[in-house]
Amino acid sequence: MSAPSARTRPATPAPPLNALLLQRILTAFIRDEVTKTGAAGVVLGLSGGVDSSLAAGLAAEALGPENVLGIEMPYRTSSPESLAHADAVAVKFGFETIRIDITPQLDAYFERFPDASAMRRGNKMARERMTILYDHSMRLGRLVLGTSNKTELLLGYGTLYGDMASAVNPLGDLYKTQVWDLAKAIGVPAAIVEKPPTADLTPGQTDEGDLGFSYEEVDHLLHAMVDHRYEAEELVAAGFDPAFVTAVATRVQRSQFKRRLPVIAKVSNRTIDRDFRYARDWGL
Amino acid sequence: MEPRFTVSLAQIKPRLADVPANLELYERAVREARGQGADLVVFPELSLTGYHLKDEVQAVGEKLDGPVLGRLRELSRDLALVVGFVEEASDYRFFNSAALLDRGEMVHVHRKVYLPTYGMFDENRYFARGGRIAAFDSRFGRAATLVCEDLWHPSTAHVAALDGAITLLCPSSSPARGVRESTEQDDNARTWELLNRAYAVAYGIFVIYVNRVGFEDGVGFWGGSEVLDASGRRVVKAPYYEEAVVSCEIDLAAARRQRIMSPLLRDEDVDLTIRELQRIQGKPQ
Repeated sequence: MSAPSARTRPATPAPPLNALLLQRILTAFIRDEVTKTGAAGVVLGLSGGVDSSLAAGLAAEALGPENVLGIEMPYRTSSPESLAHADAVAVKFGFETIRIDITPQLDAYFERFPDASAMRRGNKMARERMTILYDHSMRLGRLVLGTSNKTELLLGYGTLYGDMASAVNPLGDLYKTQVWDLAKAIGVPAAIVEKPPTADLTPGQTDEGDLGFSYEEVDHLLHAMVDHRYEAEELVAAGFDPAFVTAVATRVQRSQFKRRLPVIAKVSNRTIDRDFRYARDWGL
Repeated sequence: MEPRFTVSLAQIKPRLADVPANLELYERAVREARGQGADLVVFPELSLTGYHLKDEVQAVGEKLDGPVLGRLRELSRDLALVVGFVEEASDYRFFNSAALLDRGEMVHVHRKVYLPTYGMFDENRYFARGGRIAAFDSRFGRAATLVCEDLWHPSTAHVAALDGAITLLCPSSSPARGVRESTEQDDNARTWELLNRAYAVAYGIFVIYVNRVGFEDGVGFWGGSEVLDASGRRVVKAPYYEEAVVSCEIDLAAARRQRIMSPLLRDEDVDLTIRELQRIQGKPQ
């Protein structure tokens, strides 16, 4: 697939960068949405990547570092650099971490399914990590802080009930390019902000390699498509490659199920989420 | 002498669907406003109930002679209040209403006319639409109440001004949304500030705008409550995104001077407008 070249940047607005304003809104969001539930703080999976680093930094500022616990959950193939980066973030923002190696539980399971694909193994890792986070959420009376950004959520580039699972997500309305900018602004170490993003499920994997386009390109497109509601033909007229527009629009549509609750068969007059409608913050 | 009074803007953070907790917030804000010499305290839209009520609208709704409004009437014995609440009508319709309470009496109730039902808003699903825009007399001079989205329809301010309002009371629950480079507030806040100022200038009218803060299901409210005088000058401004009670003095003589210098309302041709509106109304759709 040919992505738009850097030489002819499409004539639509790129996602806006305003770190000061986003920092203000997102720290207020974490403080408000966490404390009003009565939770004592947050736990989050700390991968050494930019998303969890940013979420942790914002949470430490919002709640105080003593109310943030980062959990490192490496598998035996995880890069040692990722762990070093996770440690560096914890030092930088002053919160505590624990490390839980998920190799034994993963390998015990896949002994029975030695031919399982990399995709199955990756999903399973993400879901094992989720169960650990929710266990510590219960142990400590803290909420699981989400780290999925808007680019991943729109593309469906995440594991349902795995890394997509959380109670409160400060990054879900930020494109990856906005995550980078904000991470830099709040002092996430440069080595983390500047390295190629990776799910670190298999050695040498990168997000942009998996996806087939760069975050900068796809953020530009998604921002025009989703936030500014450009139609496909308008996107092409603005300079986006037609095949790229179609591929991304299809990904967004096909991953819609990941962004919704399971479908419930309606039999009563008042079905949950269809005509039984309450805010999640009901009474909070 | 034209009325002079101190108004306090109660930029509070209501709890969703928890009226007793919000009544406490009201009482606390009133104490703080009293310390600032307030004669009038204006609260945000639906601040007695929270905003994203959905199916809880009916549960928190109250008739005008209900106990919570009774408690607030008591609270208004020595200083007036503008309160935002869910009003249950005698025919069991529910309105997004704002009332002026003063000296234990309900002086005026405005039922929100324009109920946003698009994008993130769903008000018309739960509320009935108000049917009147009218100015009323009070010890703060002639005023009109317009609730949040009402203000995005210039016809409401136009009618209120022509009906003699010198002051617009504007309770709001306005969400923070839209970010652009190098601004200290979100896009929606900037738009509101433009609207408030435009009405003040166009009609020589005081605009008392009170927005809430806090989050409901991730939706933040930007605060930034403000008073514009009749020349469009900002007299007081509350911080963005944080709870605050801020106050200023309003001297309606300033509106008099402004309207003498710039008699736009005097020159407004109501008959012409009505004729043209009737022509437009009669046009085949």
